[in-house]
Amino acid sequence: MHRTKLFDHVILMMGVFFMVGPLLVALMTSSHEAADIHRNGLQILPGGHFIDTYTTVLTREGGFTGKITGLRMMMNSLILGIGFAAGKIILSMLAAYALVYFRFRFATITFWMIFTTLLLPLEVRILPSYEVMNTLKLTNTYTGLIVPLLASATGTFYFRQFFKSIPDELLEAARIDGAGPFKFFIDVIVPLSKTMIAAIFIIMFVYGWNQYLWPTLMTTDESFFTLVRGIKQILLVWVGSNIPDYNEAFALAILAMVPPVMIVMIFQRWFIKGLTESDK
Amino acid sequence: MAAINITNVSKIYAGGVEAVKSVSIDIADGEFIVLVGPSGCGKSTLLRMVAGLEAISKGTVEIGDRVINDVEPAERDIAMVFQNYALYPHMTVYNNLAYGLKNRGTPKAEIDARVAEAARMLEIEQYLTRKPRALSGGQRQRVAMGRAIVRKPAAFLFDEPLSNLDAKLRVSMRGEIKQLQKRLGTTSLYVTHDQLEAMTLADRLVVLNGGQIEQIGRPLDVYHTPASTFVASFIGSPAMNLLRGTREGTQLHFGSQMLDLNRAPAFPGQITVGMRAEDLRVAAAGDQSLTMKVEYIEELGAQRLVHGTIDGKKLTASLSPDIEIGETMALTITPERLHFFDADTGKRFDQPFANAGSDRMSTSANVIKLENAL
Repeated sequence: MHRTKLFDHVILMMGVFFMVGPLLVALMTSSHEAADIHRNGLQILPGGHFIDTYTTVLTREGGFTGKITGLRMMMNSLILGIGFAAGKIILSMLAAYALVYFRFRFATITFWMIFTTLLLPLEVRILPSYEVMNTLKLTNTYTGLIVPLLASATGTFYFRQFFKSIPDELLEAARIDGAGPFKFFIDVIVPLSKTMIAAIFIIMFVYGWNQYLWPTLMTTDESFFTLVRGIKQILLVWVGSNIPDYNEAFALAILAMVPPVMIVMIFQRWFIKGLTESDK
Repeated sequence: MAAINITNVSKIYAGGVEAVKSVSIDIADGEFIVLVGPSGCGKSTLLRMVAGLEAISKGTVEIGDRVINDVEPAERDIAMVFQNYALYPHMTVYNNLAYGLKNRGTPKAEIDARVAEAARMLEIEQYLTRKPRALSGGQRQRVAMGRAIVRKPAAFLFDEPLSNLDAKLRVSMRGEIKQLQKRLGTTSLYVTHDQLEAMTLADRLVVLNGGQIEQIGRPLDVYHTPASTFVASFIGSPAMNLLRGTREGTQLHFGSQMLDLNRAPAFPGQITVGMRAEDLRVAAAGDQSLTMKVEYIEELGAQRLVHGTIDGKKLTASLSPDIEIGETMALTITPERLHFFDADTGKRFDQPFANAGSDRMSTSANVIKLENAL
């Protein structure tokens, strides 16, 4: 053990360097002025314009219409991320509950059909989905942004496997205790799935937060733009003789990372707690 | 509290497998019935049909005067204790006990009173705020029993509740279950594969084999007058010795060895003879005897199990530890202590000797009467 101790630390430090290094560079660069960055490239030392850059990014009304602010975009991203994660969890839990606890015809086939859609990425069905949403006049709405992405084979699959690991005796005990299907779901299944819900919430929130293609297609109204889109927008808007606002783009990127990091940190605690004391 | 009448109940699974074959048991109010048998004999299936967790394929189950074939488990007025406790892991002990009552809309004050009463009875009061994972196996089993008690059901159903406990705890919990059941007077149906548990707990035993009832009777009746070779070998430890023999006149021949019954018994020539290990004793001079070749000895402290063969057939005798063991031993048995079974069907022949054991005989329903065999 002693012999390898130093080496272990070297590996860890290298990990930290490669993982955190770019973030640090982004953070530091965002505190310089755009012209400065244009001249000198990326920065690793603080530049003294930290507060004004971030204030500008969050509050300045920009875009083509001149109405969209960073805060607004952040809120849109949050609505998308949370709506997406919560919707997916509710939907896939109910689907898995039906698949595991109710005997209906073609249940296995249904499951495998859902499962095979795992193999199809969103991009495969993006045009038909867009067409449906367009016909329903749901473009430029939160509903249109969130609902088409809700069906989740991954979530259904995870919850199904989890429900299958819950002993049948619990269901039987609950039946004798007079709990119907709905009560059993709410009183037993949901509390037992807490850690599972936390894990899937993390995954799905980050996935929803990082969505780029679908929001780009669905929203033309700038008030529905998300942060991830906004970053791109900043770099595109100032073409011509202007220097792109590198600092603002970096600031926005840093801001875009904060909520997912926070979500991971908050839910991870539950997640690990659940892993260590899990008994069914 | 209620009587349970199980009438011609069968369980036929898809594919035609018959797990339970036309079983009838009448359980009196307050009686403790133990279903015992090897794994796969259908005892759990039968219990689960009474509980409503399995559909009844044929026949009827009545609790009280109500046929409950199509009644939901919750409406059957029963409570069940599971082998793996099946406590709700995320609820405190209190909530585990109270859950069934809450679902029935019992007033809060009454729930409190009933949970407190059950907790006192089971001595789990100090654990009420804990979660099941913070309890030991024995404590969890008490909570599971508490969950049954608070409901004040017409019947308790136990599905091998002690199998997950260690041997010592099992013995003490066994005593507690027995006392509790006596105190509450609730009709109970208890499933186990452990014949010792069955013997000690039951008012009446139901021995099941291959989905059919082999014998119903009080534990000692079943022990002393097993209805078949199956029951004889299943109930009692060590298992009853079963030897193939031939009757010639008044004599029983086991290969080259012979016992004289002194009276002409009323069964055919080929016979299976049963001998309890503890009924065998060392022959005194002048006694007729069987010579056993000793193979190995198990020391149990209080007695000693001597395993050997008589004319190549296995035999176990339970002897006092102070008896000296030789390479061969001359053993004898009182003819009244012999059990006789049909060599083909394994069914018991009623004692062919007058007087002995006839009072026991009358209580045992499934024993084939001598007359029938003739």
